[in-house]
Amino acid sequence: MKQIEDANQEALRRMLAADPVLVDVLPAAQVIPELTDRMILHAGPPIDWERMCGPMQGAVMGIAVFEGWAPDLETAANMAAEGAFEFHPNHHFDAVGPMTGMTTLSQPVMIVENRTFGNRAYCTINEGLGKVMRFGGNDDEVLKRLAWLRDVLGPAMGKALGAGDGLPLKSLVARGLSMGDEMHQRNVACSGLTLRGLSPAMAETANDTHDLAEALAFVAGNDQFFLNIAMAMGKAIMDPVRGIEGSSLVTAMSRNGTDFGIRVSGTGDTWFTAPVEMPEGLYFPGFTEKDANPDMGDSTIVETIGLGGFAMGAAPAVAGFVGAGAASGAANFTRTMGEITVGENPEWTIPALDYLGVPTGIDIRLVVETGLAPSINTGIAHKEPGVGQVGAGVVRAPMGCFRQALETFAESVGVS
Amino acid sequence: MSETKVNQFLKTPVKVVNIGLEGFAKELEQQGVTVVQVDWAPPAGGDPKLADLLSKLGT
Repeated sequence: MKQIEDANQEALRRMLAADPVLVDVLPAAQVIPELTDRMILHAGPPIDWERMCGPMQGAVMGIAVFEGWAPDLETAANMAAEGAFEFHPNHHFDAVGPMTGMTTLSQPVMIVENRTFGNRAYCTINEGLGKVMRFGGNDDEVLKRLAWLRDVLGPAMGKALGAGDGLPLKSLVARGLSMGDEMHQRNVACSGLTLRGLSPAMAETANDTHDLAEALAFVAGNDQFFLNIAMAMGKAIMDPVRGIEGSSLVTAMSRNGTDFGIRVSGTGDTWFTAPVEMPEGLYFPGFTEKDANPDMGDSTIVETIGLGGFAMGAAPAVAGFVGAGAASGAANFTRTMGEITVGENPEWTIPALDYLGVPTGIDIRLVVETGLAPSINTGIAHKEPGVGQVGAGVVRAPMGCFRQALETFAESVGVS
Repeated sequence: MSETKVNQFLKTPVKVVNIGLEGFAKELEQQGVTVVQVDWAPPAGGDPKLADLLSKLGT
């Protein structure tokens, strides 16, 4: 149908025209005014306490203690069960969050501005690997790190970014792709490039050399630091694509550890959900698939813009890390995703694939027709609260989301 | 195809393009036959309602 093809070309145009820039770091409540006391934003489509998976409940308990709403984890769990907290998806507030995706009022969020369209998107700062809140960790070590991010690193990054014109992300990601990153499970290059971009201004604006040294060491020691920036970038790119009448392109893919949800441009902000799948991957020593929680997090916004599993061909090293087979097979992931997308990104290319642009613009029609579900590179959380990350793997988006979306989308364009 | 052409054809090595069930391709490969397997599935996994919608929506 011409209406659909035209709408999808407009959606693709907006994606490719985006100009995302990391501009500031501020407390979440300052940039999301609706975010009030005892309100918790989480990853994925809407969910209540009873249906939350173990790590999501663990993170809720931890963040309630962190915010001073509960004296201890047990009390926090009881309060959550009694309805003391209000839960909403990050996506409903221009935000995204990795894995459990906790966003609350005092946490610092990184702000990415899409300068072509003027919108902004938010994501908390990456905590590092291992026992962290995004994987359901909630002990003193986890909360102490969150306090340091709030009190030291967040303000330091904010001051540094405020001293200049921000950190342009489109060119940075292009360089990262040529250096072996796919921006979901491999962010080594982009994290280093971010540190290079921020450190002069952080030094220039620092009040305390000890704090500065700690901040620089934290970023330098965290290979996944850029992931959260990539996520805010993804949200900032996709939000202007929402609500284009007749467009069958996916504007968000997200999971809360229980449900996987997608949104489609032509059907507005409706979530189409299906049970999340279990990632297949490799586990850290001492853990197996029996310990694993199903797929979780807003980080699939990265695949929605053509990175992550869609850009696997740029990052053969990650194929081994996520247990996806031989490095030589990484290109197959990218080429396969090319069958369910409407275009390529000429500015984000993969040198090893003769500068093929990353597959861009997931079309629900192509997903349902081919039976090829989007391929996602992901971390794996322990299924019990408070343990943390136990591995990394590859997971497919459940086809049920796309089948439901197709039926509703067809109605929206008068087809039955 | 004339009988001569058929005879000539049968004397040349067999090359096969197999669409659908991969088992046929594997059997031939085990016999040393060159096979190209086409990864194909019916549209919408064979769901007639969704396939009908897709044909109307176009791809």
